[in-house]
Amino acid sequence: MFVRLSREEEDALDEKHGKATSLAYKILLAIGKATDAEKLIPVDWVHLSGVNYNTIGDAGVKFLREYSKGTRFRVPTTINPMGYDVQKQNNLSNNFKRSQIEIVKAYEKMGSIPSFSCIPYELFQLPDRGHNVSFAESNAAVIANLVFGLHTNKESSLSALASAVTGKTPYSDLRIESIRDPKIKVKIETKLDTELDYGLLGYFSGKSTKESCISFGKHTSNIDMYKTKSLAAALGTSGGCGMFSNKEVNGESISFGKEEEKSVMDELNTTESGDVIALGSPQLGTFELELLSDMINGKKFSKKCMIFCPRSIYEKACSSGIAQKLENAGGSLICDACTCLSPLLTNEEYDGVITNSVKAAHYLNKSNGVSVCLTDLKSIIRNYTR
Amino acid sequence: MNYCLRCKVIVGGKASGKVLATKQPINFLSSVDPLTGMITDENHELCGNSVKKHVLVFPYAVGSSVGAYSIFALRSNHVSPLGIICTLKTDITTASGCAIANIPLLELCTDQVIPEIENFNEALVDGISGILQIKKV
Repeated sequence: MFVRLSREEEDALDEKHGKATSLAYKILLAIGKATDAEKLIPVDWVHLSGVNYNTIGDAGVKFLREYSKGTRFRVPTTINPMGYDVQKQNNLSNNFKRSQIEIVKAYEKMGSIPSFSCIPYELFQLPDRGHNVSFAESNAAVIANLVFGLHTNKESSLSALASAVTGKTPYSDLRIESIRDPKIKVKIETKLDTELDYGLLGYFSGKSTKESCISFGKHTSNIDMYKTKSLAAALGTSGGCGMFSNKEVNGESISFGKEEEKSVMDELNTTESGDVIALGSPQLGTFELELLSDMINGKKFSKKCMIFCPRSIYEKACSSGIAQKLENAGGSLICDACTCLSPLLTNEEYDGVITNSVKAAHYLNKSNGVSVCLTDLKSIIRNYTR
Repeated sequence: MNYCLRCKVIVGGKASGKVLATKQPINFLSSVDPLTGMITDENHELCGNSVKKHVLVFPYAVGSSVGAYSIFALRSNHVSPLGIICTLKTDITTASGCAIANIPLLELCTDQVIPEIENFNEALVDGISGILQIKKV
């Protein structure tokens, strides 16, 4: 099947509107071929990943430096967290900071909204249900599809960048109504209680299928935002799923029981304890900050605790007094950044990181090379506050 | 014995090199070192192998959306695969990464008998006519 391009799109591909636009169409054409798209359709919002210098490195900096010279975003475009909180002290090298600032400036130059968040759905009024968007951060893509009824594939940093530049995306996969019906169901044969349980379910399920949409049946129909985010992030970390659903499936099913849960824990839980608690991946929203503050209930953390949240959520938490409560407990609220691949959590500085995030555990173990004590929030509060 | 497989062309171009094959998906951000091309994830069966100058044959990429930049970084650091074959489905991360890195990317057509593609055979990737040729060594 071939992607049919309009005359204008053909011209853009042929560099008639500059090299940057042409490269964007080249990317759209490749992903269109990969996903058997017939045509390109408009998108109304883009969310980009690839902002943290620790993830895209010097090659990314060089690419964005050149690329941003020749183009502007055509649709509202929010961006993922960067490497650190710009308003707080840190020990990062000057090279890191210089490179990070260059990335931020390049995105700014193209017209991005300086959100530095992986949870844009909690910060912005997104387009109405049924509209197409391109979300590259996988937890955001899953939640946009599931909770907000938006249509997006699990985009990559570069496919979303191409959408931001052209305002278009291939019409394929989860953008087509019939593909949004799950083809495979996970039969849950264990009790799901904490946000960590949902994360483990997500990580196992993502690994176990190549389908774009998966069903968890009634188990996910009434879960809170913390559990939803934990599940969505883990699903996106281990697999290619861009959506989950509560719809029943008459077909293939896989089982998730005690044994499967243990196999994920065995892979990601690599130490008994740690010297820092990191809460994020995804960043915490108002709901989780309030929950955390209630759970701490006047006690203090016995270990250093980093709490990652978007700046606008932090500002709200300051007005409501929640931020002060968390800071009084010894928590450090960090904006603009997040746990996974954070340069603030290195194996030089820490022997082990305590977290309840399966996504964070994956990247801390595999990319940062730091051991992880993976445990749920209730246990973190029980064991590490007094 | 040599054989040819029909493929869908995602990113055009020609390449040849030794096969590095796996049945496990790859998270390019967390499993491959962008400076050396080494697969570093201890839970991956290719851990300890380098993608550098190989024809990477794998089912599809998983995980981070930033994996597209990781593929580009491999290319910029001269340690990328010469060609990539997706055996099950071509995901958006691999397709977009190969598009800007100019790495020929093919997907095996499913309407043919596909023998197991073994490591260290020679692969000729023809992203013009959509043929993957495997030469046993």
